[in-house]
Amino acid sequence: MPIVSFTPHLKRHLECPPEEVSGETLGEAFHQIFELNPQLRGYVLDDQGALRQHVVVFIDDAVVRDRKRLSDPVNSDSEIFVMQALSGG
Amino acid sequence: MNDRFFAGTRKGLFHVERGDREWAIKKVDFLGDPVTMLLHDSRDGTLYASLTLGHFGVKLHRSKDNGETWTEVAVPVYPEGAVYASGQDEETGETETKPASLDEIWALEPGGPDQPGWLWAGTIPGGLFLSKDHGETWELVESLWNREERMGWFGGGKDRPGIHSVCVDPRDSQHVTIGISCGGVWETRDAGASWELIGEGLRAEYMPPNLQNSLNIQDAHRLSQCLSDPDKMWIQHHNGIFRSSNGAKNWTEMENVPPSSFGFAVSVHPHDGNTAWFVPGVKDECRIPVDNQLVVTRTRDFGESFEVLRNGLPQDHCYDIVFRHSLDVDSSGDRLAMGSSTGGLWVTEDGGDSWSTISNTLPQIYCVQFAKSQPGS
Repeated sequence: MPIVSFTPHLKRHLECPPEEVSGETLGEAFHQIFELNPQLRGYVLDDQGALRQHVVVFIDDAVVRDRKRLSDPVNSDSEIFVMQALSGG
Repeated sequence: MNDRFFAGTRKGLFHVERGDREWAIKKVDFLGDPVTMLLHDSRDGTLYASLTLGHFGVKLHRSKDNGETWTEVAVPVYPEGAVYASGQDEETGETETKPASLDEIWALEPGGPDQPGWLWAGTIPGGLFLSKDHGETWELVESLWNREERMGWFGGGKDRPGIHSVCVDPRDSQHVTIGISCGGVWETRDAGASWELIGEGLRAEYMPPNLQNSLNIQDAHRLSQCLSDPDKMWIQHHNGIFRSSNGAKNWTEMENVPPSSFGFAVSVHPHDGNTAWFVPGVKDECRIPVDNQLVVTRTRDFGESFEVLRNGLPQDHCYDIVFRHSLDVDSSGDRLAMGSSTGGLWVTEDGGDSWSTISNTLPQIYCVQFAKSQPGS
């Protein structure tokens, strides 16, 4: 099962422990996370469902490419990290 | 008289209170986070703070116990597919658009006393939102969003158009007048069901001559309404100061205002629409105080004359600018608080004749607001 982990910066604002999810794309993985924690969605995605400008996501140490449709593939043992981009600091 | 006010800053929400003799900062909430808008709702005492987090977007928090505890509530969300005008195609001239997502809550105002729980939120990029449940849920005011004129709005001060002023008529809470940078002045008389673009007499120096009087591109930096005489309104515009005596329908430009008519903030006396305060800068291309001396200008005769008030304000090497939401007058009209772009915070108890410094070293200040009592109480 892929695991999604979050930057400690987010933990200042809300609880977001690592979660095991299923799904074949980042979008599907996020969908499960946001069902568990609806408040988290607005911290990671903008109003149109794209990654926020100053949020960066890694899947198995590679930066996510499709920031709008979140179609990057996720494997069953993938590690997904949601981080703050230094550009937004 | 109000003995408390709040300052929203780049590094937190500051609570300021008057002691026996002096004003002092009592505590800071959201330390380290940008608090870019706040509202103390005089109808029920609820305090709202809007945070614009650099990484994670806009968050709205609500406190019913003067900031002892806070609850995060919903923020306005632009609906799927919503777009704003981002420019024009170089070849075809057609309007180009980008997806609309909440950049900032730029105005937060309560509805009328007959509308408990109603909140109006003016936002960037140009959407007006209404909550009827103390911010638990929000709805885009589509009657304004869907007006074709909106695609002619553009950014002023910010990269994208924004609604910075929402004036709810104290006589009739269905009547709301808003100011947009840059999108002119609009009013509704049916609580947002329909809108009319108003503001004859405003002038936009930054446009070509034939477009300077267009209503839809005016850059009112701030729109302020007299509570006891609501037909009297004032605008600090990008290129001047304007007054209206018929509820924003028509405007007259004030000329030869010393030392300058450029600025961002305006506050109107709650009991006297002839009295208003402004904080001038040199000009749009040089946003510093004239002669590096911070002053407040005041008119008490509906703009026939202006006084320059400087007693207690820095008069040497001062580069502070007071943003559009950072000058507020209290319920009495005697006390004003003012915060600056470089962290200066001042208060007056005599209508601006003399000022006291609370701090010169705060973070950048975005907004200042008194904790006002219910009108009439």
